[in-house]
Amino acid sequence: MTDKTVATARPEAEPILETHGLVKEFRGFVAVDGVDLKIRRGHIHALIGPNGAGKTTCFNLLTKFLQPTRGTIRFKGRDITGEAPQRIARTGMVRSFQISAVFPHMTVLENVKVALQRKLGTTFHFWESGASLRRLDEQAMALLASVGLERYADMVTVEMPYGRKRALEIATTLALEPELMLLDEPTQGMGHEDVELVMQLIKKVSVNRTILMVEHNMKVVSGICDAITVLARGAILAEGDYDAVSSNPLVIEAYMGSEAAQLAGAH
Amino acid sequence: MNEIFGIPLPALLGQLMLGLVNGSFYALLSLGLAVIFGMLHIINFAHGALYMMGAMFSWLAMVYLGIGYWRSLLLVPLFVGAIGIVIERFLLQWIYKLDPLYGLLLTFGVALIIGGGFRYVFGSSGQPYSIPPELGGAVDLGFMFLPKYRMWVIVASLTICFATWFMIEKTRLGAYLRAGTENPGLTQAFGINVPVMVMLTYAFGTALAAFAGVLAAPTTQVSPLMSSNMIITVFAVVVIGGMGSIMGSIITGLGLGVIEGLTKVFYAQASSTVVFIVMVIVLMVRPAGLFGKEK
Amino acid sequence: MNARKSSIAYVIGFALLLAAPAAIYPVLIMKVLCFALFACAFNLLLGYTGLLSFGHAMFLGGSAYLTGHALTAWELPTLAGLALGTLGGAVLGALVGMLAIRRQGIYFAMVTLALAQLMYFVLLQSSFSGGENGLQGVPRGSLFGLDLANDYILYYLIVVLFSLTFWLIQRTIQSPFGQTLKAIRENEPRAISLGYDVDRYKLLAFVLSAGLAGLAGSMKTVLFGFATLTDAHWNTSGEVVLMTLLGGMGTVLGPIAGATVIVSLHSELADKVGSLVTVITGFLFVFCVLVFRRGIVGEGIALYHRMIGEKYR
Repeated sequence: MTDKTVATARPEAEPILETHGLVKEFRGFVAVDGVDLKIRRGHIHALIGPNGAGKTTCFNLLTKFLQPTRGTIRFKGRDITGEAPQRIARTGMVRSFQISAVFPHMTVLENVKVALQRKLGTTFHFWESGASLRRLDEQAMALLASVGLERYADMVTVEMPYGRKRALEIATTLALEPELMLLDEPTQGMGHEDVELVMQLIKKVSVNRTILMVEHNMKVVSGICDAITVLARGAILAEGDYDAVSSNPLVIEAYMGSEAAQLAGAH
Repeated sequence: MNEIFGIPLPALLGQLMLGLVNGSFYALLSLGLAVIFGMLHIINFAHGALYMMGAMFSWLAMVYLGIGYWRSLLLVPLFVGAIGIVIERFLLQWIYKLDPLYGLLLTFGVALIIGGGFRYVFGSSGQPYSIPPELGGAVDLGFMFLPKYRMWVIVASLTICFATWFMIEKTRLGAYLRAGTENPGLTQAFGINVPVMVMLTYAFGTALAAFAGVLAAPTTQVSPLMSSNMIITVFAVVVIGGMGSIMGSIITGLGLGVIEGLTKVFYAQASSTVVFIVMVIVLMVRPAGLFGKEK
Repeated sequence: MNARKSSIAYVIGFALLLAAPAAIYPVLIMKVLCFALFACAFNLLLGYTGLLSFGHAMFLGGSAYLTGHALTAWELPTLAGLALGTLGGAVLGALVGMLAIRRQGIYFAMVTLALAQLMYFVLLQSSFSGGENGLQGVPRGSLFGLDLANDYILYYLIVVLFSLTFWLIQRTIQSPFGQTLKAIRENEPRAISLGYDVDRYKLLAFVLSAGLAGLAGSMKTVLFGFATLTDAHWNTSGEVVLMTLLGGMGTVLGPIAGATVIVSLHSELADKVGSLVTVITGFLFVFCVLVFRRGIVGEGIALYHRMIGEKYR
């Protein structure tokens, strides 16, 4: 398990993902405005900010679902600014989505196998029997077990409750053995217990991995994140660990009202 | 100089003029498609059939009711717009929550019903519709004769096109429309009746198609078959221009009409395919379309 | 239904097909089989990949002409003509697919429709295609010394080809490739984020579908001895959509059911009601879209699940 105190004590740890002067404009509206992001290897890094701050746009830029207007993105020291999104996934950066990213009418087991089967190299083999995918069952079950879903393997995904879908999403993402996982609001819309569950799960899978997550829930942010970047109106407002960020007057001002109270409350 | 590349200048200008006339129809039709798509997220496959209806109704009104061109130009779009309201209320409104592809299939069915129905009742032979006397004849420009009716078609179409553009981009009504497109829930909260607005938008789009049909009636043989290929050409126009911009639809429509007209002069065999070939080139060079919005 | 039950059902179906000419005019069944194959190929794209091609007649028509030309002008053996038609469909599918896949959703449908129209004009104007009259007098030829001019002999050839293709489509749907297609249809952004180059999968699905649609067109030319512009007209593109929709898209047997209904309907009505057939087709479209989106087979499956008390989505 990543030792939080050690990690924060070594801010010079090598960055796995770096952006420089990242800008995204939509027909004259600037959604992301010159963001310099530095995600260090082994960290759980939170991206927070009020609604419309550009967090999800940032995610889409990093994973190349959107093409930045200006700026560069470096992943593991390599410039990936011009890469296609599916290439990004293959180099070890895998994302989730704000709305749960599952394949609803496939079974839970099949969901994980979709992520595993690409490596078999048979995904273009339309003549091959479907039974050839059974050899992935064991590995897929192990992944399901790691998120506590092994009992639901044969359930059609759409029938699962929300919290479990998000766990399944994590299992599917893990199947690619990503070095960097990007989670877009993993606890959004969840009840207390589910939040706790997913939080522990994230903590668990963060071993030997880097995680960047957009998160609103300050309990999660203060509980497991090593570093925090606050976005407001498309630009970075503050950076640092939780204590530094939550006492920053600029941040408190940006968060005015209930969220500021929440911020203070969790402190 | 009265020849360009061996082509007599009057013939060239004549085809250019015809191209502009056809382009005006493309512009009116693709504009209607874009307006409907913006609000309803449906590609109105029935658009060609509604255009044919416009021409057929003006012919019928002339023959059976003695209603002349000018009154048809006003009444037929209103009538077809009313039919549009019926189509929207009885059919389209039930599928807004489904994949937009269902809208294409539903309106395809409507196109078949209208097209087949007219063919069943009136047969397939073309009927002549005469040019109103005020617009008969041509203006002698010295180097060529300019038929008045063609000039009128271009002027009338462009006037309607720009009026539509102005209404949508520059007026308060248009602002509501655009807001309704972006966020129906929010617009409703501001006290605007979105379902009625959707209905009227569809009616407006169909009226535009009928208006084009009435304008086209004196330029061609009026028949239930006149639209059967038109809609596909207009689809290609829409793919080339992209539906994101009203002005884009107008410019693309006119431009392709001109290209088609010029092709008739220089290489007549390709005149029916040139629009599609332009589409292929645009898809290769600029897949989002000339005026397409970024994803 | 489990795999064992369904393979028994297929064997019974195959046996029924073999015996059918005793009761029904074989040319009608062969026509149904050609369109059923066309619809099955189309369903591979619409039902299992989520792509609506509104121009599939170009593959049916293009290959119908190609095979006709190969059998008449080049005097190729029948099987070679059919193979060439299939290959031609696949090649055309690759070209069209590469262009069309550049646009999504509704635009994809419009692009395919427009490209099919381009193909239509090419067939109308080319010198080899016989213009408005189409290609006439295509010989059926022979196979292993058997004269295919005999309807019954041709019948068994077509049944075998149909069954093999149907099996191949089934296999494709269940293959690792089919599983990937399903994932793309279910959630395309997620498939991308898992590293799938979705456009390449869509393209292969498009090529397969076009090739098999081409085979259907080639079979049709051999069956009737002519290829006409009707095969390439957008009406035919619409018809295959309707067959699939009416039968049940995304179901294995739906396209066959849909093709049977539509082909029978046409052969019953064509002479009696004239252009009312178009109106009826239009109403069927409206009916299917508004209240019958699962189609005949889809509704059947839903009913079956209700009867055994399961939830069905």
